[in-house]
Amino acid sequence: MSERDEITLTINGKRHAIRVEPRRTLVDAIREDCGQTGTHIGCEHGVCGACTVLVDGAPVRSCLMFAVQAHGKEIRTVEGLAKGDELNALQRAFMENHGLQCGFCTPGFLMLITGVLEREPDITDEELIDVLSSNLCRCTGYQNIVKAARAVAGEMRQRRTA
Amino acid sequence: MRLEDRPLLTGRGRFAADISFPQQLHMRIVRSNFAHGKLRAIDADAALALPGVQAVWTAADVADIPPIDFRLSRIEGLEPYRQRLFADGFVRYVGEPVAAVFADDPYLAEDAAELVALDIEELPAILQADEAPGEFEPGRSTEPAIVRKSYGEVDAAFRSAHAIVEATLSIGRHSGVPLETRGAIARYDAARDVLELHGAAKVPHWNRDQIARMLGRGASSVHLFEGHVGGGFGIRGEIYPEDVLVCVAALRMQRPIKWIEDRREHLIAANHSRQQQHRVRAAVDRDGRILAIEDEIFHDQGAYMRTHAVTVPDLAAAMLPGPYRIPAYRANAHVRLTNKTPCGTYRAPGRFESTFVRERLVDAIAARLDLEPVEVRRRNLIASHEMPYARQLDTLGTEIVLDSGDYAGLLDKALAAVEWEKLRKTLAARKATGELVGAGVALFVEKSGLGPFDQVKIAVDTDGNVEVVSGSASVGQGIETVIAQICADALGVDYRKIRVTHGRTDRIEYGLGAFASRVTVMTGEATRIAASALKAKAIEVASELLQTPAELLDVIDGEVVRSDAAAGPSVSLGAIARALLPGSPLRHGRPPGLSAEGWFHSNHMNYPYGVHIAVTRIDKDTGAVAIERYLVAYDVGKAVNPMLIEGQIVGGCAQGIGGTLLEEFLYDERGEPLSVTFADYLMPTVREMPPVDVLICEDAPSPLNPMGLKGAGEGGANAVGAAVAAAVDDALGVKGAVTELPITPQRLKRLLRSAHEL
Repeated sequence: MSERDEITLTINGKRHAIRVEPRRTLVDAIREDCGQTGTHIGCEHGVCGACTVLVDGAPVRSCLMFAVQAHGKEIRTVEGLAKGDELNALQRAFMENHGLQCGFCTPGFLMLITGVLEREPDITDEELIDVLSSNLCRCTGYQNIVKAARAVAGEMRQRRTA
Repeated sequence: MRLEDRPLLTGRGRFAADISFPQQLHMRIVRSNFAHGKLRAIDADAALALPGVQAVWTAADVADIPPIDFRLSRIEGLEPYRQRLFADGFVRYVGEPVAAVFADDPYLAEDAAELVALDIEELPAILQADEAPGEFEPGRSTEPAIVRKSYGEVDAAFRSAHAIVEATLSIGRHSGVPLETRGAIARYDAARDVLELHGAAKVPHWNRDQIARMLGRGASSVHLFEGHVGGGFGIRGEIYPEDVLVCVAALRMQRPIKWIEDRREHLIAANHSRQQQHRVRAAVDRDGRILAIEDEIFHDQGAYMRTHAVTVPDLAAAMLPGPYRIPAYRANAHVRLTNKTPCGTYRAPGRFESTFVRERLVDAIAARLDLEPVEVRRRNLIASHEMPYARQLDTLGTEIVLDSGDYAGLLDKALAAVEWEKLRKTLAARKATGELVGAGVALFVEKSGLGPFDQVKIAVDTDGNVEVVSGSASVGQGIETVIAQICADALGVDYRKIRVTHGRTDRIEYGLGAFASRVTVMTGEATRIAASALKAKAIEVASELLQTPAELLDVIDGEVVRSDAAAGPSVSLGAIARALLPGSPLRHGRPPGLSAEGWFHSNHMNYPYGVHIAVTRIDKDTGAVAIERYLVAYDVGKAVNPMLIEGQIVGGCAQGIGGTLLEEFLYDERGEPLSVTFADYLMPTVREMPPVDVLICEDAPSPLNPMGLKGAGEGGANAVGAAVAAAVDDALGVKGAVTELPITPQRLKRLLRSAHEL
């Protein structure tokens, strides 16, 4: 298994030239080869969504994608959300609504919601529940995650109609 | 707002897998694939032949390391049933560590582990805890202990009873399943002769002492470090074989050793919990007053006695009486070993189980005497004027003395909050149209604030920054915020300027960690004591610096000011810290440093209590139960941070719903685990979660600590099984239908079929 491919992963606009085995998962490459440990591994088979990142704008389970498949694509992770010390609207909403406790699933939820709201800014509250049901949280009971997501979706709608 | 949130929201958390050291090796455990068998041989040659594989260890390599000892609820005779680091001679559950591979890369370690060949002769597996005990090893049965609790004249009560109500009730096997799997990273610093274990959680000081003892090292040369912890729920942070193995390997191989569990491993190797069968009966008078309860409990412990020893069956037996006045009581909890993953605690351990049993029993009493379930509860509740109420039972080394409570008052508040009578009418109208809808109520008493002590140190640096160091631990519940708030209130500084340090054995000598809903009560009170002492010290020095009598001074926003004047001279805490530097001429013989220590001791737990109300709807075609509405009313004595308490309650409620409707570790007839991924072990998603209304009450402050605090971590989970079972009975229109958790669609369809046959 010593065969390795040279690939470039572009994470939050920064290029990482790495050499990986073909079987290396994207999440392992992001965490171990590129040092971006904000993306977490919860189940390694695509159920929990803790490893959700955006690949070319779409939410992806990075435990189910090989690193080589992401070569040349734009990857966004939780580390790219804040501008310096300034949290973005979704991060603030999670804080204000107590949408996290242990924080392990949080990056996955943040990226899932980010990806969905960018693609479907007019998403209804009910559709948002469908989307959120694709990730697992074991601490919060989801209530406050829903509040945070709806608050940001609402803000976005308001901004566009204003 | 929580102090914890910012790093977690920006990807800067430090969970176990995020910790790496140069030159580290990766450990992969080879686990038994048989539930029970004779371990005849292990062939590691092929694994060792892979370049980059440094070693493969088996039992013979760690024969000098003793088994993992008990942390709580130790009783005589359990020692032979403890788990060793590796199976030796026999394997007793699928998932038991048999060997460990150490390699340069985690992928390689996993490849090599698959090449380790196990020669195991399969033996019959014991999978039922309620059947006759079998043999653990020659001369030892699979019933290591029976926990007995009793008081009063039980037999006489049953002889004189108007009626005897009986039930056989079962709770399924489930567990905390935090989203972060376990992880342990050990590093030995030969230059200083210090062994470090990173990835610690829950009880770092106890674990430090145990690891030091097992390795024959002085405790001061072993340090544990807690990073971020991706959920605890009782299961994470207990010592497991893997934690000790990385330490032994780091010492012997002189390289850092990293072990990160995968999800399948977690579901078969980390503690399970809950599974019990209760054969319970109550003697009652003609008005439904309980005269006595007798319970025969079969606790399915799995293959070994782990760190909790008999904690869960003990708590189940001791807490079963709950909020009711029960004149006589007897419980025998049979601790039974089976060929399944060993068990430990899970949020509301023993209480999720015994509340289900007690509340089902009370519902059965109501059915038998044709009374309203709520009315039977009222007739049996301990009244507030009877507090403190000595239960004549003990658990976790403390006597159960219900410290304060207005149980009937909280029941009234909860029923009013859901408009109970109106709700019943609405449900009756919906039932009339053919809908299967129903409501259920359950009451419970929790416990919290387990002592016997906590220590907190607070220091102010010369810039006025405050650091609180405690021996408690965080499992994501928000202790940094709560402790900072308590310190801020007592000291007079902004809580956002307080750094709370926990989970580090190198920063404080003693600590009991985070379990049993103890942190806010024990660490909180120790913090208040330390902060008050520090404030007094600051004011005493300021009095001299400002030439003002101490009684006229107060600390506001980190400045010592005159409390009787809007303006005037003031001095900051930082300036006082400078005045107390060791070489400062202003110190005048006082001990150096602006710091203080606080100790809080408590020999009794306190007892929060609550009411759960569930409204459910059954889908006739699928057998699925939908929870339409849920209320948790909980009296916590005093709420330090209502937002965090509500978060604890709703999160606990979600876990309770999981255990009530979805989650179950199943095995086939050979003991092969069937719930090994998140596709088999189903946890609630947002779709399964009802809106949960939370009513936090402060009607019964604890008399056992000055702030009146009680813990809030477990009340959300406690009574979900009980309340939902009652609501499902109501929806089915069959009293006592639900006798088993979880209420899966398959089980419910069976109930639906038998309801139709009635």
